[in-house]
Amino acid sequence: MTYTIRRIVLLVVTLTLVSLITFSVFQVIPGDPIRIMLGPDADEEQVATLEKQLGLDKPLYMQYAQWIGGVAKGDFGQSIRFSKPVSELIVDRLPVTISLALMSVIIVAIIAIPLGVFMAKRQNKPSDVVFSSLTQVGMAIPSFWLGMLLILYLGMTIKFFSISGYVPWSISVKGALGSLLLPAITIAIPQIAVMFRYVRNTVIEQLQLDYVRTIRSKGITEKYVLFKHVLRNSMIPVLTVFGLIFAEVVAGTIIVEQVFGLPGIGRLLISSIGSRDFPLVQGIIMYITVVVVLVNFFVDILYSILDPRIRMT
Amino acid sequence: MKSLLKRGKNINLIIGLLILSTFLIMMLMSFFYTPHDVNAMNIANKIKAPNSVHWFGTDEFGRDIFSRIMQGTRTAFFIGTVAVTIGITLGTLIGGVAGYVGGWLDEIIMRIMDALMAFPGIILALMLIAVFGPGMVNTSIALGLMSIPGIARIARSGFIQHKEFEYVLSSKLIGVKPFKIMFQHILPNVSSPLIVAASINFAAAMLAEAGLSYLGLGVQPPDPSWGRMLRDSQSYLATAPWYTFAPGIAITFMVLGFYMLSNAIRDITDPRSN
Amino acid sequence: MRTKSTKYIFAFMLLISVLVISACSGEKDKDGANEETPARAQEITVRIADDPDFLDPHLMTASITEMMMLNIFEGLLAPETDGTLKPGVAEEYEVSDDGLTYTFKLRENIKFHNGDPVKIEDVKYTFERLMGVGNDETLSSKFKIVASLDAVDESTFKITLTEPNSTFLFSLTALDSAIIPKSNDGNHNESPIGTGPFKFGKYNPGSNLIVEKNEHYWKPGIPYLDKVTFTFQPDNQTALLSLQAGEVDLMDVPAHRIPEVENDFTLIYEEANSTVLVGYNMDRKPFNDIKVRQAINHAVNKDNIIEATFSGYAVKLGSNMSPAMEAAYKDGLQDYYDVNIEKAKELLTEAGYPDGFSTTISISSHNALYTNVAQVLVEDLKSIGIDVKIEVVEWGVWLERIYKGRDYDMTSIDFTGKLSPYDILNRYISDAGNNFLNFKNAEYDALMKDVIKESDIDQQNVIYKRAQEILAEEAAAVYIADYQFIWTMNPNLEGYKLYPFFYHDMSEVRFKE
Repeated sequence: MTYTIRRIVLLVVTLTLVSLITFSVFQVIPGDPIRIMLGPDADEEQVATLEKQLGLDKPLYMQYAQWIGGVAKGDFGQSIRFSKPVSELIVDRLPVTISLALMSVIIVAIIAIPLGVFMAKRQNKPSDVVFSSLTQVGMAIPSFWLGMLLILYLGMTIKFFSISGYVPWSISVKGALGSLLLPAITIAIPQIAVMFRYVRNTVIEQLQLDYVRTIRSKGITEKYVLFKHVLRNSMIPVLTVFGLIFAEVVAGTIIVEQVFGLPGIGRLLISSIGSRDFPLVQGIIMYITVVVVLVNFFVDILYSILDPRIRMT
Repeated sequence: MKSLLKRGKNINLIIGLLILSTFLIMMLMSFFYTPHDVNAMNIANKIKAPNSVHWFGTDEFGRDIFSRIMQGTRTAFFIGTVAVTIGITLGTLIGGVAGYVGGWLDEIIMRIMDALMAFPGIILALMLIAVFGPGMVNTSIALGLMSIPGIARIARSGFIQHKEFEYVLSSKLIGVKPFKIMFQHILPNVSSPLIVAASINFAAAMLAEAGLSYLGLGVQPPDPSWGRMLRDSQSYLATAPWYTFAPGIAITFMVLGFYMLSNAIRDITDPRSN
Repeated sequence: MRTKSTKYIFAFMLLISVLVISACSGEKDKDGANEETPARAQEITVRIADDPDFLDPHLMTASITEMMMLNIFEGLLAPETDGTLKPGVAEEYEVSDDGLTYTFKLRENIKFHNGDPVKIEDVKYTFERLMGVGNDETLSSKFKIVASLDAVDESTFKITLTEPNSTFLFSLTALDSAIIPKSNDGNHNESPIGTGPFKFGKYNPGSNLIVEKNEHYWKPGIPYLDKVTFTFQPDNQTALLSLQAGEVDLMDVPAHRIPEVENDFTLIYEEANSTVLVGYNMDRKPFNDIKVRQAINHAVNKDNIIEATFSGYAVKLGSNMSPAMEAAYKDGLQDYYDVNIEKAKELLTEAGYPDGFSTTISISSHNALYTNVAQVLVEDLKSIGIDVKIEVVEWGVWLERIYKGRDYDMTSIDFTGKLSPYDILNRYISDAGNNFLNFKNAEYDALMKDVIKESDIDQQNVIYKRAQEILAEEAAAVYIADYQFIWTMNPNLEGYKLYPFFYHDMSEVRFKE
């Protein structure tokens, strides 16, 4: 319990620091949100009026105080660029990013776990070496390039894939899958490599442990040993990697949403940095941070349930 | 079994070193010789498929892609080296002090590091670029700063572990200065995970530069950069696919080389895998 | 597979996927009405690169926004495809002989999208809002010269100016003064209402903006389409692939990619009234010396830039005016400075720089156009000994430091089209706020003062032409080209019209019979 409380306190500290870092960075970044929005043809009178309306003529520390005060009341403020509440903008885009991230994690799981177990049994045989190298190549390809190649060679040839943006699930489940599968694969490929390696090494480690030797010496079949004992004991540490993978996947959505033109949170974040939309950047980063930290938090809790040996203090 | 294990390790090491030394030789050569002038334009000769004169074809200004790939190795090594140097130096220093001193200082430093790690990498890089402005040097610095928290964590855990060891405690007793203990005594003993991290960070810097270039914010012309070339080639993906493969494969191989190297180092230095 | 924990894990993953799918399908059911569409729905999708800046017509400034929103709004007057003006909300208008009083007669039976008739008080409200009457929140500086706004009767409106202004009429289109209903005050940015052929449907930030047919548009039979979806796609590559996959019906295709689309799509293009230029800070050495500027003009090979950057789809310029502005355009200036390295070197020597000099060109990163232009420029100027370093900055920095702060040596930018030649040329007036090139010329200032008072259109054009000559003679910038936007359209569509500014006029677009 104290562990849980400490985790929550840490979360709050992290979030406060995150907001302070974002805020201070934006204090030194040159560029005026109103001018960026209006471009070179901006009417000076209009610029002045808008800055007054948005409170941008106030000193920055007051803007921050106002913002933090709002957050305490659950109000993340107004986006400068979109003149809409930040929370509304984030909620609007959640379905895209959540679907994308979860699809990627699922792809990683259903490919990397069986393959890792399978290759652990074939440790250092040619097929293992070849596949290990292949996954490393998967990690080495720049994600936006991989996305482009997938669009070019799969998106254009297979009718199922839709490549011009997002089709909501409510309109068509098939359409949503078609629009999200390629980007999910793009995000998943480097993570498959990470997961595969981890599963493979954990299973190899387990296979070398004493209990496996004991069971083996009793003459029980290899398949049984692998599935009944080794796999179960391996899955527990593998679960913790999911926390890390999830953070990577969330980071992966940022560029990939850009490449595939998906209206998700990552694309919103990139455009809001470019447009210096401080309240929006702050809101999105806070949101992502909370989600990533919470997912890791639950993974830890789950870990303690699955493995009673861990005593959390 | 053992010889097989060894062979598995060596494959990573051999291929990794082979790839990286090829790029290193290309870089050194580029100082003395490139088949064509790297920046010379010939608009009439733009987007020409690979041929005997231009081995990898020409880009949208009629410049020789092979020569630019060759010179691009300089940019790649520059960015990687600067980023890794900054990351490893500052990361080790910060993590080392936090781990060795412990207490409140450790708590404060690590909370800040946690907060920095909470940012998705590319976002931290984008924000740093927004502060410094785009360009080769600024990109390298931003990518270096970005890698500090991760390295600090690795360094910290090593220092925490070792500060309780006999050799450290006895040096303390005879009055060796803390800084000397940290960097002359402990550091060599905790360096292998840091070397692995350096190698991985080199690869990560290359990928991050490509990502920034995709967003138009990485290395800027006329410095030839693979990430930039990859971005420019996007427009010709359908009409001149060979254009995109030259920088794409160069980046992939460079990153692969460092990944393989890091795996090899980890296998050699990590006693658990033996 | 029969062990407990693996079962749990699989059950867990299954649960997650079920949750996600059900959660997401619950999200947006409001716009899910078009599940089954007939074989040919009168609907098209148009690609736009980015989100609009404002939906409020009095706040919108970005050309990307105007392109879409001009389908919703109308001013008292409306732009014609050749840049002239035609009646809009006003059926007819009259200018007094002294050029001070403008009288407008409103169109009969014209209605806002909400069904309310357009009343004089709405027109008055529109202009008072722009001028910030009563609230000190001025939205446009174009109406500073207005002395009074008067409702003469139920359908007649009078604007009186403090001084004659020959370009005032150009401020009366939807670009600057869209007529909006007073009843919608406070909601113009959330749910804009106008009188145009389409009404605002829905704006999904980051995704799309939908406009729908205005059933009671004053012009019978217009528009043809029921619905137009402007979809925001920042990535050119993805956008082009969607076009080829039939998911987008209209977009601009970069010139070098025309071979990929020319056989399967209708291409529409003409001079776009843009001006790409390489500018230098004329307040700074050595660019304050006209000989240096002329030398640079002789060294830059515009044809090369046009070929490399626009694959030839651009018209060479010699001053800040595009041939799209037919009547005001001064032809012949594009060859004022031929490519002549010898002469350029001579001029540099005369200016005191026989060995050239070093300088920096500062450009924005948000458009590859500028880096492309800069790279060719660097190579061209190398040939006369000028060593140019490229400095790339973010768009926000460019606007603040280079454009507003005028802190730069050289830069490159493109200006998009305006309706009136005056609005194009006024940035070169010595004390103009947007004269970021720091051009100063007494004759030019005098001409621009005269043209405002000149009521005769032919005489105005004579002055505009002379102004263009001055810019060329003084080498106020290296005027490169007016590049063309290649609008690539679904071949089953017709009726798309081009304007000398950014405007996706959807009113007459229709499917071929």
